[in-house]
Amino acid sequence: MTFFLQMLVTGIVVGSVYALVALGFVLIYKSSDAINFAQGEFLLIGTYVCLTLITAYNIPFIAALLIALMFSAVLGFVIERIVLRPFIGEPVISMIMATIGLSSVLAGIVHIIWGHETRVFPKIFSEQPVNLGEIVIAPVYLWSLLIVVMMLVIFTLFFKYSKLGIAMRATADDQQAAMSMGISVKMIFAVAWAIAAIVSAVGGILLGNINGVNASLSAIGLKVLPVAILGGLDSIPGAIIGGLIIGILESLTGGYLDPLVGGGLKEVMPFVILVFILMFKPYGLFGKKEIERV
Amino acid sequence: MRNPFVMDCGEFHVNYKQDMAIWKITRVRMRVFILLAVFAVFPMFASDYIIGLATLCGIAAIGAIGLNILTGFTGQISIGVGAFLGVGGYTSAILTAKLGLSFWIAMPTAGIVTAIVGGLFGLPSLRLKGLYLAIATLAAQVIILFVISRWDALTGGTAGMVLSRPELGSFVFYSERSYYYLMFVVLVITALFTLNLFRSRVGRAFIAVRDRDVAAEVMGIDLFKYKVLAFIVSSFFVGIAGALLGHYTMVVSPELYSITVSIEYLAIILVGGLGSVFGSIYGAVFITLLPVVLRSGVEMMSGVFPDLSAVLIGMKEVVFGLVIILFLIYEPQGLAKIWKNIKDYFKLWPFSY
Repeated sequence: MTFFLQMLVTGIVVGSVYALVALGFVLIYKSSDAINFAQGEFLLIGTYVCLTLITAYNIPFIAALLIALMFSAVLGFVIERIVLRPFIGEPVISMIMATIGLSSVLAGIVHIIWGHETRVFPKIFSEQPVNLGEIVIAPVYLWSLLIVVMMLVIFTLFFKYSKLGIAMRATADDQQAAMSMGISVKMIFAVAWAIAAIVSAVGGILLGNINGVNASLSAIGLKVLPVAILGGLDSIPGAIIGGLIIGILESLTGGYLDPLVGGGLKEVMPFVILVFILMFKPYGLFGKKEIERV
Repeated sequence: MRNPFVMDCGEFHVNYKQDMAIWKITRVRMRVFILLAVFAVFPMFASDYIIGLATLCGIAAIGAIGLNILTGFTGQISIGVGAFLGVGGYTSAILTAKLGLSFWIAMPTAGIVTAIVGGLFGLPSLRLKGLYLAIATLAAQVIILFVISRWDALTGGTAGMVLSRPELGSFVFYSERSYYYLMFVVLVITALFTLNLFRSRVGRAFIAVRDRDVAAEVMGIDLFKYKVLAFIVSSFFVGIAGALLGHYTMVVSPELYSITVSIEYLAIILVGGLGSVFGSIYGAVFITLLPVVLRSGVEMMSGVFPDLSAVLIGMKEVVFGLVIILFLIYEPQGLAKIWKNIKDYFKLWPFSY
C-alpha cells in the first residue's frame, strides 16, 4: 500500500508538470488551430537559459527564473511572427511539418550552444525529505506540485477575468466575430505562443530540478502529445485531467509492470491508452466534436 | 530553329490507347528511356562510394513513394513510417536468418507483413482525422518500436540482427554495383505501379478522399475501405524498402527506425512534392544527400573555421529544419513543382507570355 501511494504521489507530481506543458499545447491549438511539435524544444531552451544564468552568471534562482520566462515569452513572440504566421489556414500537414522543422532548428541550436552532456541544477530546494504518514516525498516534488497548481490557478483566473484572457477565449470561439469586436487576432496568436513558451519553460525548469538537464528533456514534448490528445486538443480542463491520468498511469506502470517486462513499458503506456481512448472517443475525453459540412 | 523544349506540338491522338498513355508524346517517351538508360549505365563509370549513395537514395525513394501514396495522395498523415520500415527489415531478417528462406521470398513477405501491420494501425483512420490521426500513427511508431526492442526471442532485442546479402543461384549481390541494380529494378517497378495506380479507380478514389472525404463518401466511395487500403498499399512499399535497406546495410536494430526516420521520410515527400511520384524520388535524393553535402562543405571550410566540425551535428539539424520551413513557405509543392516551373519557363522562352 505504501508503495502504491508513493507511486501515486510521484505520478501526480509528474502528471501535473505534463498538464502544465499540455496547457501550452492546447492554448496554441485553441487560438490558431496549430499543433506545436516544438514544445519540447521550447521547454529545453527555457531550462538551459535559466541554468546558464544561475551557473555562469551567479544570478539568484528567482531572478534567473523570471529572466528565463521573459526570454521564453519573447522567443514565443518571435517564432510565431517569423515561422508560424505564414501557415495560418494552411493544411494540417504543412502546420505539422513547419513545427517539426522548427523543432529541428531549435534542437540544433541547443546542441551547438550547450552540447550533449547532462547538467545538474544547483540545489535550490532543501534535500531533507518530507514524511507524510507512511510515504516519503522529496521537497522538490512538493514545490513542483505547488508551483504547477499556482500556475494553473493563475491561468484560470487570467482566462476568466482579465481582458486579454477573455479576448483569447473569444478568438478561440469565433475568429471573425472576435475581429469585428476589435480584437487583434494576430496579437492573440502571438500571446498564445508566448504563454505556451512560458509554461513549457516552467515545466522544463521543474523537471530539470528533478532529473537534471540534457537534450533528452525535449522528449517531454512528444510525451505531452498524448496528454493533450487524450483530454481533447481544445479543452483546458482536458489538458489538466489528461496530464494527471497519464502521469499516474505512467508512474504505476513503471512501479508494477516494468519489473515484469524488463523496463521501457512506462514510456509506451501513454500511447497505448491513447489509441484505446481514440477508438471510442475520436476527439479525446473533452474535445469539441467537429461537425463537417460538404 | 525549333524550340527543343516544346514537346506537345503537332501530336495528335487518334485512339484511346494513345490518349491514356503515361507519357503521351513520343519525344517525352524517348527522354524517359534515355534517362532510364543513363541511370542503368552510370554505375559502370562511378566509384563505389557514389554508387552506394545512389543505392541509399533509391531505397529512400521506394519508401517515400509508399508514404506519398498514403500522405500525398490520400491525405492521411502518418508519423509512423520509421517503425514500418523496421517491420519490413525485421521480417526479412527473421525469415532469412532464422528460417533460412531465400531473400526472394522474404522481401515480398516483408512487404505483405508490413502491409498487414499498417492496415491494422490504419483502422482508426475511419474515425480520426488530421492531427488526431497523426498522433495515432505516432502511437503506432512508439508501440511497434517497443515490441521490436522487447521481443528478444524473435528480434534479438536492442542488439539487433545481422543479415546477409541476397543470392541468385550462385551469384551473391555483394558488390555495390550489383545491389544498385537490384534496387533500380525494384524502384522502377514501384514507380510504374504507382503511376498506374493513380490512373485506376482505386487511385482516383484515394485522391477524392484526400480532397474532401465527406464529399467522396457522398459520391459512393467506401471511405473505410479506401482509407485502410491506402494504409495497406503504402505500408507494402515501405516494408519492401525496409527489407532492401536491411539487406543493404546488413544490420537491423531498433535505433535505426526511430521517430527521426519517420520525420525524415515526411520531409522527403514534402520537399519532393506531395502527391507526386517523381517528387518522391527528387526529395529522396535531396534529403539523403543533404548531410553528405553539408559534411564535405564543412570539411572544405575547416581551414578557415576550424571549430566548424565540432558543431556539425547541430548544424545538420538546423539546416534540415530550415530546409523544411523554407520549402513550406516558398514552394509548398516541392521540387516537383520547381522542375515543372523551369520546364514551363523554357516552353515559352524567350518570350514569357
